[in-house]
Amino acid sequence: MATLAPTTPWTKDAKDDYRNCPVTTLKVDMHTERLIIANAVMAVVCLTLGGIAALLIALTRWQAVHLLGAAWFYRLLTLHGIDMLIAWIVFFEMAGLHFGSTVLLNARHAAPKLAWLGFGMMTVGGLMANAVVLIDPNSSVMFSAYVPLKAHPLFYLSYILFAVGALITVITFFINIVVAKRENRFQGSLPLVVFGLMTAAILATYTLLEGAAAIVPAFLWSLGILKTYDPGIYRNFFWGFGHPAQQVNLAAMVSIWYALAQMTVGIRPVNEKFSRLAFILYLFFINLGSAHHLLVDPGLSFAWKAVNTSYAMYLAVLGSMMHAFSIPAALEIALRSRGYRKGLFGWLRNAPWAEPGFSSLVLSMFLFGWIGGVTGVTIGTEQINMLVHNTLRLPGHFHATVVSGTTLAFMGFTYYVIPLIFRKELKLKSWAKWQPYIFGFGMLLTSLGMITSGLQGVARRNWDITFAGVVPGTVEITLAIFGIGALLAVVGGIMYVTIVLVSILTGPRLEASNLLLLTGTHNPIIESTKITDEQMEDKQNQPKGSLVLVFAFLVWFAIYYLSNWWLLGRTWFIR
Amino acid sequence: MLAPEKNWWKPMGRIEKTWLTVAFVWCIFLTLMMPLWYFNGKQNVPTETYRTTPADYGAKVNAFVEQYTVGKDDATGLPIVSAPPGSDIYLRASTWQWYPILQLEKGKEYRLHLSSMDYNHGFSLQPVNINLQVLPGYDYVATITPTSSGEFTIVCNEYCFVGHHTMVGKMIVK
Repeated sequence: MATLAPTTPWTKDAKDDYRNCPVTTLKVDMHTERLIIANAVMAVVCLTLGGIAALLIALTRWQAVHLLGAAWFYRLLTLHGIDMLIAWIVFFEMAGLHFGSTVLLNARHAAPKLAWLGFGMMTVGGLMANAVVLIDPNSSVMFSAYVPLKAHPLFYLSYILFAVGALITVITFFINIVVAKRENRFQGSLPLVVFGLMTAAILATYTLLEGAAAIVPAFLWSLGILKTYDPGIYRNFFWGFGHPAQQVNLAAMVSIWYALAQMTVGIRPVNEKFSRLAFILYLFFINLGSAHHLLVDPGLSFAWKAVNTSYAMYLAVLGSMMHAFSIPAALEIALRSRGYRKGLFGWLRNAPWAEPGFSSLVLSMFLFGWIGGVTGVTIGTEQINMLVHNTLRLPGHFHATVVSGTTLAFMGFTYYVIPLIFRKELKLKSWAKWQPYIFGFGMLLTSLGMITSGLQGVARRNWDITFAGVVPGTVEITLAIFGIGALLAVVGGIMYVTIVLVSILTGPRLEASNLLLLTGTHNPIIESTKITDEQMEDKQNQPKGSLVLVFAFLVWFAIYYLSNWWLLGRTWFIR
Repeated sequence: MLAPEKNWWKPMGRIEKTWLTVAFVWCIFLTLMMPLWYFNGKQNVPTETYRTTPADYGAKVNAFVEQYTVGKDDATGLPIVSAPPGSDIYLRASTWQWYPILQLEKGKEYRLHLSSMDYNHGFSLQPVNINLQVLPGYDYVATITPTSSGEFTIVCNEYCFVGHHTMVGKMIVK
């Protein structure tokens, strides 16, 4: 396979408006290009809004600074959750879905009008949510908006608009794939990255439907049409939306990991079956995870909680542990087959650490797995959750997953979208080289500061815990670690937004000439097609280093998990 | 990113199989820990729950306070209530107060009722660090045995509007 694009002919008629990418030889549908640009721009706008809020709330929780008053703290915390956890990530994912369902399949965008409708609704919904929270003091109800906290009806309406818009976009993803298949644009199975995005899209479909089940009654209730709304039922439905939404992020992020690995190192998946099986496990079992939020709620039995919180049998966790091996292993085999065979980790030393796509991939995987994943499984254990529920350990966990993991991977991917899709030269390249490290290290401190504060009982979503006079003095230190980490991460965030803005706003439109940004002129995607079966099976190329890494991970996992049982055993008796 | 070769359904290699087996065994261990602890551990999440209404629950709390009040807290003016071990004790969450102050005996078992008068609240006993969700309309019963004595603080850790951080209560164990 010399070129990447399949040979199915495209016609230059009304249906097919495309350009040829000189770097990847893929065909880019012009509707897709514009949709990706629009969604990516909105994603960065929302990231900026949420980032400003992040800076201010972090400087408030850092007890020594304690910047904002209580009302503004809760208001901006609500805003931060909506902009980051929903708007930024979902806009970026929608861009990814447009990309995956057309460019990677050599296909046209079959439903651009519908896609623009979806984008429009998401934009209106996202901006409206920001406006309502900023204007209406009663709408500081947090991202989760637990009934019977009652926000303005427009607050719920903005959620509904955004969710329906996203659902429409997801539907265009499926339309594109069906049309591409019918028009014979690609042969055989979907590429692995598209397969992963498909997992994300299926998860997104039922996630958004459950969101409707939670938010539509809340909207009617806020209007007075519905008289009562049971708070326990709301929590059940809301987390049926809120938790799977994070699994959409997970599936999308893992897909981006595979893409970044191929774009920066030129991997060939070790075993397609293995990786696809891992995505299938997500599909079947990950939705059960919504129970994580209800583990210490009244009214639910042990059996219900235990079966759901364990994803039936930690089978979704198994999926993640499979990816955690298969991606480093693919990197290792690719690098070893290029001659970096010395010792267990010679390949790792010779990896392209200066390439932002590679560094963000590795940092994202490391922080997601070692911090986010391990803490997530532990605090999602039924009994252990009693030590953790609504303490800062919770945001400590999900900042390691959706920020250090998903956001960092998306940031790294953006640097390649700019030359390839925006067709602008990436500016401030030396900033881009350091940005993943600064952001990743900042987020590491942020998560560790939150987790260690939460271990000492500090509550989340709380303006001033020292008011209670109950926390030990060491909390000052752990909250300071959190504050300093957040500041560093904000610096990384500002660098990211600056690089993006300077690149897309200055300089002429320029066809990309090179895939890699900083580490050479070779094309890893082309190289990936040259890895032979013999090289994959060569004894010298086997991923022994990756196996050592995943076993080290397992040891750390076991230590953290078991020490939490030990902690639980020391507390009051309760049943 | 590229379409796989036509026949990609290939057997896994030895290393993949090794990791898959080890990871799967670990997952089974994680699964088994919960029922093991459920039957053998001393700290399990309470499940006993009754339907109630704020009015009904409020009346129960008042009757309970009337029957067992032993003193008054100087700082807050809240009644200190001490019921005999083994009995039902009631704690009421409302914006932004925990009512009343419960006094318990170390090593004795109590049936602690939790419910809210308005929004969701979070029962967070510090520094013991036991955290439970408190919902209006649900009477949640936790059977607890204090294993340490002293003065403990009850923090609200579920956001309940702008006075949330001022919602701090007390529990005494003798």
